[in-house]
Amino acid sequence: MAAFLRQSLIIAAKDLRSELRTKEALNASLAFSMVILVLFSFAFDPSSEQIQEFSGGLLWLVYSFAGALALNRSFAREMQNDCLDALIASPAPASALFVGKALANYGLLLAVELISLPVFGIFYGVHWTQQFWPLLLVMLLATWALTTIGTMFSALTVNLRLRELMLPTLVYPLMVPALMAAMTLTTDLLGGTPLNPENMIWLRVLVAFDFIFTALAVVFVDTVLVG
Amino acid sequence: MRDKVFYLLAAASAALLSWNLYKIFFVLGDEKDQGSIWRIFHFHVPSNILGMSGFIIGMVFSLIYLVNKNLRYDAIAAAITEVSLVFAAVGLVTGSIWARIIWGVWWAWDARLTSMLVCWLIFAGYLMLRRAIEEPIQRARLSAVVSVFGGIDVFIVWKSIEWWRTLHPGPVLTIRNGGGMPPGWQATMYWNLLALLCLAVMLVMVRMRQEGVAREIDSLRRMAHSY
Repeated sequence: MAAFLRQSLIIAAKDLRSELRTKEALNASLAFSMVILVLFSFAFDPSSEQIQEFSGGLLWLVYSFAGALALNRSFAREMQNDCLDALIASPAPASALFVGKALANYGLLLAVELISLPVFGIFYGVHWTQQFWPLLLVMLLATWALTTIGTMFSALTVNLRLRELMLPTLVYPLMVPALMAAMTLTTDLLGGTPLNPENMIWLRVLVAFDFIFTALAVVFVDTVLVG
Repeated sequence: MRDKVFYLLAAASAALLSWNLYKIFFVLGDEKDQGSIWRIFHFHVPSNILGMSGFIIGMVFSLIYLVNKNLRYDAIAAAITEVSLVFAAVGLVTGSIWARIIWGVWWAWDARLTSMLVCWLIFAGYLMLRRAIEEPIQRARLSAVVSVFGGIDVFIVWKSIEWWRTLHPGPVLTIRNGGGMPPGWQATMYWNLLALLCLAVMLVMVRMRQEGVAREIDSLRRMAHSY
């Protein structure tokens, strides 16, 4: 167990280090999320009162689109110089490879989200600070859901010719329960409604989703990468 | 032997379907609130039952493939999922027609409709993935994993029905209290379920035979290339 954790952390550190040196995915996701935020302002009246009613939905659309950019490359960038084969051949099991990559992606996605949240607040006049800590909890849980599905399918599609096409088609329908829960909760929290027994059910959905799919991914990633 | 079963099923489904159509249109009367359109339920409900249970059975065969790596189970899983997708589509379309007449809209974002559509999209992704991979063993392996992820996601998506407000009429066929239908109508629905089940099994058999032939051609081609 200790060895597994150490291997995962080494891979996460490697990924984060190479990301911090190039900042490729980080810059691209941030720029892309800004672009979507601007595009939304043309889709509806950004100054209207109604914005409170679907702010959570908008925010998670931004997060999931921008996140897909980063997740897409998670395994694909190991294709150069056959790095993926080297990683698979290393003593670390495929599941440690998955957990490591997922942790690195998690950090990356959270960074993008925490930067674009205040920008969203400024552009659309949403008071995101009033329920900040519950909001952070929702972000932590839902981002892990996006990360675990995204990283798993990044591994699954890494060798495909149509990788860029297949990944979003497969990933978004699977993420629906998590996104639905995150959107409902975020809309409530941004509107000033605290977590209460009524919306608590969605928090449970998120926790269950995280547990189930993390377990599935850890079990099946070996089948996907090694066979 | 297999041919005999096949033709028997074909004859059974043809006979049952004609008998049911006669009953649905000429024997059973109009419903007092809905008029004539309620007859579509005789196809809507069985199609949805077959579609959903097909996805789950497909997932079970995918799991069997992952355990014993026999390509035959992959062919069964693919055939069942493909046929289920057709039945699920029939369920969605008949539901949509009914909704146009009773609710006045073609589509309502009711939880049950949404979950059915999401399931449909997940397994459409599964079939697209199969198209995108040429190598049979890789295809079987990766699509089996997608099927398992999709099948488990279906449960989570489905569970959300109880937590979201819903427009959809409650379950029509409940075994406990006999549902909301008179016994005669319910019996016709069960008979139609049987007819469509025969049709589904028949289609799965056709599809599996096709898979088998495709595999044979593929291996012959490989053999020819190796000389």
